[in-house]
Amino acid sequence: MDKLLSIDLAKKIFYGSILLSSFIFLILSTHTLLTLSKLEHHKNLTPQVVLGKRVWEKYHCVGCHTLLGEGSYYAPELSNVYQRRGEVFIKHWIKSMPINLPNRRKMPQLYLTDEELEALIAFLKWTSEINTSNWPPNLQG
Amino acid sequence: MQYLSQAVAKPYFIAAIVIFVVQIVFGLIAGLQYIIGNFLLVVLPFNITRVIHIDLLIIWLLFGFMGSAYYIVPDEAKRELHDIKLAIILFWILVVTTVLMVASYLFFSYATLNNLTGNNWFPTMGREFIGQPIFIKLGIMVVIAGFVYNIGMTIWKSQKTIINLALFIGFASSIIFYLFSLYSSDNVVIEKYFNAWVIHLWFECSWELIMVAILAFIMQKLTGSCNHEKMEKWLYIIMAIIVMSGIIGTGHRYFWIGAPSYWQWIGSIFSVLEPLPFFILTVMVFNMIHYRCNSHTNKAATLWVVGTVVVTFLGAGVLGFIHALAPINYYTHGTQITAAHSHLSFYGAYVMLVLSMISYAMPILQSKIYANSTHSQIWEMWSFWLMTASMVFIALFLMAAGILQVYLQRASETPLPFLVIQEKIYLFYWLRELAGFIFLIGLIIYIVNFFVEEKNSDQ
Ligand code: HEM
Ligand code: HEM
Ligand SMILES: [Fe+2]
Repeated sequence: MDKLLSIDLAKKIFYGSILLSSFIFLILSTHTLLTLSKLEHHKNLTPQVVLGKRVWEKYHCVGCHTLLGEGSYYAPELSNVYQRRGEVFIKHWIKSMPINLPNRRKMPQLYLTDEELEALIAFLKWTSEINTSNWPPNLQG
Repeated sequence: MQYLSQAVAKPYFIAAIVIFVVQIVFGLIAGLQYIIGNFLLVVLPFNITRVIHIDLLIIWLLFGFMGSAYYIVPDEAKRELHDIKLAIILFWILVVTTVLMVASYLFFSYATLNNLTGNNWFPTMGREFIGQPIFIKLGIMVVIAGFVYNIGMTIWKSQKTIINLALFIGFASSIIFYLFSLYSSDNVVIEKYFNAWVIHLWFECSWELIMVAILAFIMQKLTGSCNHEKMEKWLYIIMAIIVMSGIIGTGHRYFWIGAPSYWQWIGSIFSVLEPLPFFILTVMVFNMIHYRCNSHTNKAATLWVVGTVVVTFLGAGVLGFIHALAPINYYTHGTQITAAHSHLSFYGAYVMLVLSMISYAMPILQSKIYANSTHSQIWEMWSFWLMTASMVFIALFLMAAGILQVYLQRASETPLPFLVIQEKIYLFYWLRELAGFIFLIGLIIYIVNFFVEEKNSDQ
């Protein structure tokens, strides 16, 4: 090792590694972004879905829930809640928070306007149709 | 301490430890809210508790890293820091940013904060880890940028040692990655794609380089650096693997978010390489201690360094690898298993790292020649064992909770709903909370011993 590898070579390996991996990663990222922006699903992003994403962010849903498995683990996965529960249930659910059972984890009342609620549903529907290689494994998320 | 400007590190270390305590307190509250749904519900909903717990973690680690760098860079560059005043101004900017951040989370509802900070025009909030209001992000950005400039200028005119280079590359790249925390897209898939450039590339590329630099510095001081050339070669190799596996390993965040499925292969393959640098680092540290050529009186610092590499290997290397292969991650993604890994990896790689540096540098900064008294070091070692053991237990309890969760929710024939399962595994959350309290006791012992008692006995 001491003879095989001079400091100079080790240094070159390090800088080479930075360049090579950044290069590979940028190529793959470009490919991914091109693929994603060509998807039919991407073109289905209506203004309502976009508003729904803002609602999702404004009320900090990700502070308790996961979306596509990322977020907090306090409350259920929501990328497939549209299939799990359906539109009517979700609307009713959000409006009737919090549930009054003493020790159950609580979701707060968010006081969404009707417009915000509709948009949120549109966003959750759009999200549930992302091609995720069949994740989550089942309806329970 | 050879250079006067190294003393700038001191306020950074003190701020780091103070924020650390607050972070843990919020962690304990979050842990209680996990099991008692009504606990502090009105004043502090879970999402706010959690976001404070995590944001304070990131900020105190930044304080700790920057403090470490202010100590290390002049020593390595053999000259004073470029601009001491700037370092102090940046310190206060970060303090103010932190206080404003916590205050705004506590006093406004999240939706109000969203409106007040113009988030509707320039959306940056409502995402995991990097959902701070814009003014907080800008504050952090200014501080890191000013800091990079400051150490950059110091290093520029000096002999560029490997430790200084690694620090510089680590911090400079972290600011480039952090720019992507300002990016938002209408398409949540594309947004998540770039969010990983901050979350993953900070923890598993930039910060790992910083970690290698800080560890190498402490080791060199503690063991006398008898075989410097050999160490340097290995450091380059370690960092080369970190960069390669870290950058392309970002793929392990792209398995199920809607990115093309080739990421399942790429992410899995490069994640296999990720534990390797931790392994080499561990072997290196043990070797350097075994073949040391001076025996430093700071035994506690040595314990912290050994702890850092071992727990990093377990928490990041082993617990990371366990769920990094796509077929496994399919079941574990976004469960308590992720939380177990987060806790042990952060504790091992970064918390223990900063505590190692404080343990080494603080006695010198407090102008005791090399180390605290033996008596005080024994207390410090107690706090080491209390914190480390309880964090290992936190990870074990979360793993147990996670395995049950994965089985009941995703693997069994009749999957149960999320909350039904959570209520079945409360026992493990209670145990986690108990371990958390012991962690806090360890931390208090650490502080009382290190910052309070030592100071008094000095005067
Ligand atoms: C000692 C007492 C602690 C307790 C009781 C505690 C509790 C918690 C809880 C309840 C969460 C939220 C999990 C969720 O999203 O559902 C959390 C998240 C987190 N905590 Fe802690 N924590 C503690 C200490 C720490 C320490 C010392 C660190 C750093 C080393 C840390 C780092 C984190 C991180 C990184 C997350 C985000 C996890 C993820 O998204 O995967 N915590 N903690
Ligand atoms: C210092 C090193 C590391 C730190 C601080 C760290 C921290 C974290 C954190 C905080 C998360 C949770 C992210 C979230 O909640 O969105 C995470 C996720 C993950 N980490 Fe690490 N990590 C480290 C090293 C590693 C290594 C070496 C591997 C693989 C060998 C790895 C594999 C993973 C995987 C696969 C996930 C995603 C988990 C999921 O699907 O839910 N990590 N890491
Ligand atoms: Fe990662």
